Amino acid sequence: MMSKTKLSRRGLLKGSAAAGVALATPTIFSSNVWAAGYTNEPKGSTVTLGFNVPQTGAYADEGADELRAYELAVEHINGEGDGGMLNTFSSKALQGNGVNGKKVTFVTGDTQTKSDAARASAKRMIEKDGAVMITGGSSSGVAIAVQGLCQDAGVIFMAGLTHSNDTTGKDKRANGFRHFFNTEMSGAALGPVLKNNFGTERTAYHLTADYTWGWSQEGSIKKYTEQLGWQTAAAVRTPLGAGDFSQYITPVLNSGADVLVLNHYGRDMVNSLTQAVQFGLRDKQVNGKDFAIVVPLYSRLMAQGAGENVKGIFGSTNWHWSLQDEGSKAFVKSFGQKYGFPPSQAAHTTYCQALIYADAAQRAGTFRPSGVGAALEGFDFDGLGNGPTTYRADDHQCFKDVLVVKGKENPASKFDVLEVVEVTPRAQVEYPASMLGGELGPYNDGA
Amino acid sequence: MKQLFSLERKDVILLVCFTAAVFAGPILMKPLGAGYPDLLQKFAIFGIFALGFNILFGLTGYLSFGHAAFLGVGSYTAVWTFKLLSMNPVPAIIFATVIGGLFSAVIGFISLRRTGIYFSILTLAFAQMSYNLAYSVLTPITNGETGLQLNQADPRVLDIAFGRDYGAVLPSSDLFGIDMTGWPGFYFCATMLIICFFIALRIFRSPFGMMLRAIKSNQNRMMYTGFNTRPYALAAFVISGMYAGLAGGLMAVTDPLAGAERMQWTASGEVVLMTILGGAGTLLGPVIGAGAIKYFENIFSAYNDGILQEAFSFLPEGLQHVFVSVSSLFVGEGWHLTLGALFMLIVIFLPGGLMEGIRRIQVLISNRFGSGGGGADAKSNPAPAE
Repeated sequence: MMSKTKLSRRGLLKGSAAAGVALATPTIFSSNVWAAGYTNEPKGSTVTLGFNVPQTGAYADEGADELRAYELAVEHINGEGDGGMLNTFSSKALQGNGVNGKKVTFVTGDTQTKSDAARASAKRMIEKDGAVMITGGSSSGVAIAVQGLCQDAGVIFMAGLTHSNDTTGKDKRANGFRHFFNTEMSGAALGPVLKNNFGTERTAYHLTADYTWGWSQEGSIKKYTEQLGWQTAAAVRTPLGAGDFSQYITPVLNSGADVLVLNHYGRDMVNSLTQAVQFGLRDKQVNGKDFAIVVPLYSRLMAQGAGENVKGIFGSTNWHWSLQDEGSKAFVKSFGQKYGFPPSQAAHTTYCQALIYADAAQRAGTFRPSGVGAALEGFDFDGLGNGPTTYRADDHQCFKDVLVVKGKENPASKFDVLEVVEVTPRAQVEYPASMLGGELGPYNDGA
Repeated sequence: MKQLFSLERKDVILLVCFTAAVFAGPILMKPLGAGYPDLLQKFAIFGIFALGFNILFGLTGYLSFGHAAFLGVGSYTAVWTFKLLSMNPVPAIIFATVIGGLFSAVIGFISLRRTGIYFSILTLAFAQMSYNLAYSVLTPITNGETGLQLNQADPRVLDIAFGRDYGAVLPSSDLFGIDMTGWPGFYFCATMLIICFFIALRIFRSPFGMMLRAIKSNQNRMMYTGFNTRPYALAAFVISGMYAGLAGGLMAVTDPLAGAERMQWTASGEVVLMTILGGAGTLLGPVIGAGAIKYFENIFSAYNDGILQEAFSFLPEGLQHVFVSVSSLFVGEGWHLTLGALFMLIVIFLPGGLMEGIRRIQVLISNRFGSGGGGADAKSNPAPAE
């Protein structure tokens, strides 16, 4: 039996392997990735964008709102709906007939707030669906992972809600662009407000989400509060998506600290803040001062989730729907008409990113990453809700005013939970690009 | 040596068909919407992972809930090999396999002192410990939640010794100049899968495999006849750990990043699902199960309301709306629900997994045409004597 089959076996093996390769070869050459001048060059009458957002996990609420905003942006770019912020945008390149004469279509994916899942999803969009740009991501860890992938694949990455310094600092990439602000700007904006409200003799205790954003946030807040003369009692790292923070909050009471800084976001922040309030931290007196809680990065969705507990708590935010400039009003109106409630800052930044990308591609006359990138570098614009804004060429980071907000004491509606305390002017939060390190490197257009 | 590579005729046919099916994957999977490199790489990688898991669970019956730990260790090892030695995938997967094996030897040595549920809990505890270590304590080695990534400034000693310079861009792994992303990456993983399948086939047919099956059917009787079963079980555990390490290494080869979430208990549970879904104890089952689960995860999760509306556009307006809203529960973020329902159906109606379904169809066909092939097959599988 054995000797009978042994001779033919090798031949069969080799033959079938060769046949398999030969069979698969045509797909290598017919695949878009290899034939086009740049990755996923759109040949037909449509261009595909990839919206990669968390639909499950600690940041799912933000992800859902981002997706709503993207769908709205696509409608406006294709000339449907009321046009939203296209009407107030200072650049008038987009005509409401798609981009470069092509109708915009999109594909969606779930990042699960995990780097692996996010990269798998982004790869699917690039390799299978032919997406020419990937955007989205809550969680800086995910955004950095996907940004690296987009750089390798040769597509543009328009970062969504990612607040870590590293996204446009240490881990910046030429193909990646960020509209959202970062922890450095949050720290610079919050510092003076904290000083005015809590004085210069305070001891802070940090609870920090244990990943790149948390570390970055903790570092920036420490830097600016210690400049004021504050002490830092301890900085404790908590796992992302922990759910129960009681074991981390109990030690705060005995630490001698009189300010708790919650470097948490999404459902983590809702849980940790609610538990801190339930433990009676805010009713305590420490060192003869009222105990205070600070949430450096705030969003309306989180404030809504935490309900009563956010009253009087300070934080910073990229944008808030109650702003009264023309751009914000137009966006809130068209978002509200479509979905029945006001947009969050996550929705705002992703809507802006989609619009800014479309506009840059239109001005560049191509979707080639280096062409779009050149159109974005140093681009000055207005009318998107944050006042005059610049995309800095050195690190692909947007610079604009930062909002310092506080939980409202007497909310008029369930959406009206934050009030703007101060609009920190752009000049006060600017920093040299070299401060955060990292290398952009060259653009990658793919093969 | 001759003995080592010789196979029976039906195994040769099986191996040839398997090889052909794997290499023709890009064409076979295209109509299903899965013919793109990243997903096919995942099919091959998780196929290897499930094949290895099946050597432990399918043959010895030891249900490990901690295999993701070896996968994660393999990934971290591979990325560190990239960083320190070379971007060539060969050293990376060798180190990943070896370290995966060593790690599993340590955990297996302790866990195999218990059987049944206690063994499962022990492995689960070890895996969860490894996950938490990777997530926080070992952050300098693993880079915590952000995941271990390559840097332009990595030493890459071997690459530099051979004069390989990647310039200002971040390198990606390449096999002597062939980039390991995209299709070449898939063929690399596919070759590994076929080698692993061959080894698994040899183990299944060997006296060693028979010994492992004996552990599953009655460990006490084995011990009464004077066999010390633990070395056999440990060997199976280490082999499956090495498979997992290799799979983890390949994940890093096709995408040079390693994150702690690969070690989480959900990832361990996933490989159990893959094996049971496909058919534990069968050769092909785990590979098919791995493919099915990855397909659901990547394709079903991508369906959104827009796609559904298109799919049901042939229906009248009102009916279309009903169909879309009902079916949207099962796709997009609801893909877990579909997977759960499918898993329940299979466990209830096909306890032997998808492979049992295939066998039943075979029997049905052969009975109908009266060739008796299925009957002969049934005779060659003698019922356990009691």
